[in-house]
Amino acid sequence: MLKTLGRHIKEFKKASILTPLFMLLEVMMETVIPLMMASIIDHGVNVPGGNIRHIITIGIFMVAAAGIGLFAGIMGGKYGAYASAGFARNLRKGMFQNIQNFSFSNIDKFSTAGLITRLTTDVTNIQNAYMMVLRMGTRAPASLICAMAAAFLINAKVASVYLIAVIILGGILGFIMVRAYKYFNKVFRKYDDLNASVQENVSAIRVVKAYVREEYETDKFAQASAKLYNMFIKAETILVYNMPIMMTTVFTCILVISWLGAHMIVAGNLSTGDLMSLLAYCMNILMNLMMLSMVFVMISMSMASGERIAEVLNETSDIQNPDKPVMEVADGSIAFHNVNFRYRQEEGEPVLKNINLSIHSGETIGIIGGTGSAKTSLISLISRLYDVTEGSVSVGGVNVKDYDLETLRNQVSVVLQKNTLFSGTIYENLRWGDKDATDEECQNACRLACADEFIEKLPKKYDTYIEQGGTNVSGGQRQRLCIARALLKKPRILILDDSTSAVDTATDAKIRKAFAEEIPNTTKLIIAQRISSVQHADRIIVMHEGEIDGIGTHDELLKTNAIYREVYESQTSAGGDFDEIKD
Amino acid sequence: MPSRQAMRARQPMPKNAGKVLKRLFGILFRRYGVSLAIVAVCIIISVLANVQGTMFIQTLIDEFVTPLLQAETPDFQPLLREILRVAVFYGVGIIASYTYNRIMINVTQGMLKYFRDSLFQKMERLPIKYFDTHAHGDIMSIYTNDTDTLRQMISQTIPQLFSSTITVISTVVCMVVLNIPLTVLTLLMVGIMLVLARKIGGLSAKYFIAQQQDIGKLNGYVEEMMEGQKVVKVFCHEEETLQQFNQLNDQLFESAYRANKFANILGPVNAQLGNISYVVCAIAGGILAIGGVGGFTLGGLASFLTFNKSFNMPINQISMQINAVVMALAGAERVFRLMDEEPEVDEGYVTLVNAKRENGTLVPCPERTGLWAWEHKHQNGDETTYVELRGDVVFDDVDFGYTDEKIVLHNVTLYAKPGQKIAFVGSTGAGKTTITNLINRFYDIQDGKIRYDGINVNKMKKADLRRSLGIVLQDTHLFTATVRENIRYGRLDATDEEVVAAAKLANADGFIRRLPKGYDTVLTGDGANLSQGQRQLLAIARAAVADPPVLILDEATSSIDTRTERLVQNGMDKLMEGRTTFVIAHRLSTIQNSDCIMVLEQGRIVERGTHEELIQEKGRYYQLYTGNSVLT
Repeated sequence: MLKTLGRHIKEFKKASILTPLFMLLEVMMETVIPLMMASIIDHGVNVPGGNIRHIITIGIFMVAAAGIGLFAGIMGGKYGAYASAGFARNLRKGMFQNIQNFSFSNIDKFSTAGLITRLTTDVTNIQNAYMMVLRMGTRAPASLICAMAAAFLINAKVASVYLIAVIILGGILGFIMVRAYKYFNKVFRKYDDLNASVQENVSAIRVVKAYVREEYETDKFAQASAKLYNMFIKAETILVYNMPIMMTTVFTCILVISWLGAHMIVAGNLSTGDLMSLLAYCMNILMNLMMLSMVFVMISMSMASGERIAEVLNETSDIQNPDKPVMEVADGSIAFHNVNFRYRQEEGEPVLKNINLSIHSGETIGIIGGTGSAKTSLISLISRLYDVTEGSVSVGGVNVKDYDLETLRNQVSVVLQKNTLFSGTIYENLRWGDKDATDEECQNACRLACADEFIEKLPKKYDTYIEQGGTNVSGGQRQRLCIARALLKKPRILILDDSTSAVDTATDAKIRKAFAEEIPNTTKLIIAQRISSVQHADRIIVMHEGEIDGIGTHDELLKTNAIYREVYESQTSAGGDFDEIKD
Repeated sequence: MPSRQAMRARQPMPKNAGKVLKRLFGILFRRYGVSLAIVAVCIIISVLANVQGTMFIQTLIDEFVTPLLQAETPDFQPLLREILRVAVFYGVGIIASYTYNRIMINVTQGMLKYFRDSLFQKMERLPIKYFDTHAHGDIMSIYTNDTDTLRQMISQTIPQLFSSTITVISTVVCMVVLNIPLTVLTLLMVGIMLVLARKIGGLSAKYFIAQQQDIGKLNGYVEEMMEGQKVVKVFCHEEETLQQFNQLNDQLFESAYRANKFANILGPVNAQLGNISYVVCAIAGGILAIGGVGGFTLGGLASFLTFNKSFNMPINQISMQINAVVMALAGAERVFRLMDEEPEVDEGYVTLVNAKRENGTLVPCPERTGLWAWEHKHQNGDETTYVELRGDVVFDDVDFGYTDEKIVLHNVTLYAKPGQKIAFVGSTGAGKTTITNLINRFYDIQDGKIRYDGINVNKMKKADLRRSLGIVLQDTHLFTATVRENIRYGRLDATDEEVVAAAKLANADGFIRRLPKGYDTVLTGDGANLSQGQRQLLAIARAAVADPPVLILDEATSSIDTRTERLVQNGMDKLMEGRTTFVIAHRLSTIQNSDCIMVLEQGRIVERGTHEELIQEKGRYYQLYTGNSVLT
């Protein structure tokens, strides 16, 4: 995991190395300064009559040291910020880039919400941890070692007291931190759950109120909240021992050293100034130990985030471009040979079973079937959104796996059922289909998709700004824009996955008519709930539980296919929709 | 293209800091007054113990080591006594510090729990309007970010500010006693430190705000693209998407770098200024002492320098905490704002009771009988009448607008008799959903009257009114719980058998049994692993188990295929026999067999009648139904 993440430091390596170096310099200055302070006291103040010159000389040195320390500190802070912000940028970029290569099944695996969290919160966690490691991670141990070394230089016997204290304290702090970490992990998960339930209540408030469940929810929340309260208290109670243990050690050290030091001074083995310095280092050493243990906690807490990020970075798309891709799609014919399909290998029943199908170029095919009858799965295989589990699918006489992916997907244009418009003007959205399309081409596509009428009525027409998700146009309008966008690709095969469900029957008929007249050579596959949408197709496929239940024209199926007849009867002639009443 | 990304810049500064602070402390003292008093005492004790420790080092040298050196036979007894005395002080200090830290955990977590609970309780009581007019992300952020800044403030900032202040005061007192001019000098340096800290802090804050905005933009883009990732793939738009992302990503990098840079250099700047302050004092003090000005001695200077050194730490802490205070107050302000929102008012007094018939009159009874009555305690006089709940809904010339300026329903009049199925059709924005919002009083009407079983709905207790209405909404929402619990949400005391029966009725039993753990399968993330159609079936089962006298189906079957829909409809029709149903749908096949179909257009009912009547009428409905509506 660390290796995967580490690879993304890239151009910020220099800053990542400089930061600890500057921190080291700062620490060195910080170690030297107390020595100078001691010198000011020992040789400047505590001498008979005082030595003002010594005070000034050392004072100037001290100011210089402070200056260097300041410079080092500023540079360290600057490079630390630069390196960590840059690392975060590279991680985000790396993930986003890889996600762009994801296949549909990769996307399904991670879920939208999961990907968003990884790109946002998780990266921030790593960024903070990285900065902590670069700055405190060097600062604390270096400071600890410097102070310890200085103490040993002054007097090894006294300094060994520190060493013992550090070992004992380190052990206890480590034990506390490990325990607290485990506990906190659990608590934070509970905390996330609680927030998730708030989120649920916010978005489902109408359900809560409609069923008069306000008190029920409040009680449920209060219980969860009380449980969380107890868990937090338990977890923090462990941590709160840190401070007194730390203080006890510091104070014990001070007292022991005072006692030992006094004896040594009297015996002539130690100077007064040295004792002062030793005492000053005491606090320094133990404080840094404390800081170090915090760094460890911080790192281990961000581990989970790091792992989640690495998962995305290491995911390889299961749909790859072939080595020698075919760059041309000959025609719009489609063939399925003995196709079986599962979304995940390990799942038992295949979603599509034994599909054999041959569609001629330019044919119009209707597909109908109940919820979960695998209509969408069937068409997903054509533009290789998913790969077949067994058998093969070919387009234009060539296996889809042999095509260059971009070529294939440009020639097989799918209007997805869960379709999205993006924030931007209508023109900008349309040009997703063809970024070089002229205004006329865009308008023409809209005319074919019967979107021109409503666009013309908008105040800014084709320059109207579409909000995120296309929330400022109605469902039927959104669907027609999506169709127009797909048409701009000028594909050989056009697939509409329930894409006119919110469009009224008349407009639906008009779109079909335009298709027949203006793009007669394009193969058209139309999935629909409504019989009227597929009634006039050359052939209609009836899907049932992952299998083809029947193929034929409307009249044939009415005679031979029970399911088709039933669907037909359930709709009789009504299939309209009020979203599209024309004024 | 990223011209108008969602900007989630939230107010970083509190508008009325004083008031918020007062209120926050008010709550804090009311709930934890005694605890806080103990905490304050403990902090003072531990600060004094620390100051005393600092002084000990000085006295150790001056009063013990130096005399010992001069003594001929060193007597360590007084030193041992002094060490033991100090040890006791230290011990007291440690106990005090542990005690206040331990108490502060309870105070902090208790306060957080109080805020969470009050926020949630308040939120549940807010009118629907609040949720319709506030971004859900902003509401969530009150629970997460804002309470977190409060946690920091209560658990760290307040005790630290208090102890720092005590340290500062006690140190200043000691310094003043030693030498006034040097104290002034020290304070001057501190002044410079604080000014610089504010400058740097201000810069840092500026970039932090920029960073927040950039994060908002980037997150908005990421959300949009992740939601539309499959469309990106279908259109081979990966490169363009990546380019835009990189642009936003670089922007965030810049601001994050700047913000953290200034935050990082605040520490070293303060620390080194402290060192310089030390030198300046040493030199000035040296000159004073050597010149013997005002009886200032070298011993005094040594002590003074020790205090000067221990003075910097608390000042540092205070300057670092100022930002935290500002942020916490801004958070607290938002928390209080939600807590102060007007709750849904309910002046209703007509309640719903279980009833049974005795000698032809309705009498209330405690057990569930399948018969309900409105208990109407008339305001004039003590008379109480019982009206059977039948589901007779009358709209009498109703006008309504979500805001007073824009009326969306005009002169709506309708009669729904018990047992009838009333349908609303019309284009998006015609006001169909709005009508259902009025029946259950999610919103109150501007003009006209809505009567339910002859009683004005304004007189009914909202909870009872809503209990009598089963509603399946346009957007299905499921909760993180098992399938069984989700269905039981409709009626909490429903038995397992009743749950299964409701699922069967909604045609959901089949797919539920195929789920990994059947009815005990836990749904998460709003039922993300179910198809939209399956979620709708569950929502219908939830309404069915409630067995309501009146049912409102708002686009409840829009994602269900027509065959399944028909099966569900048959089930629901059987359940609702003799009761009133309101149906809203796009699909004409859904509403064909209704007793009365209302065609809504721009907030007005333009046609009404049965399917046959409307076909005869050859109006809007006819045009749509036959598909001949084109461009008339």
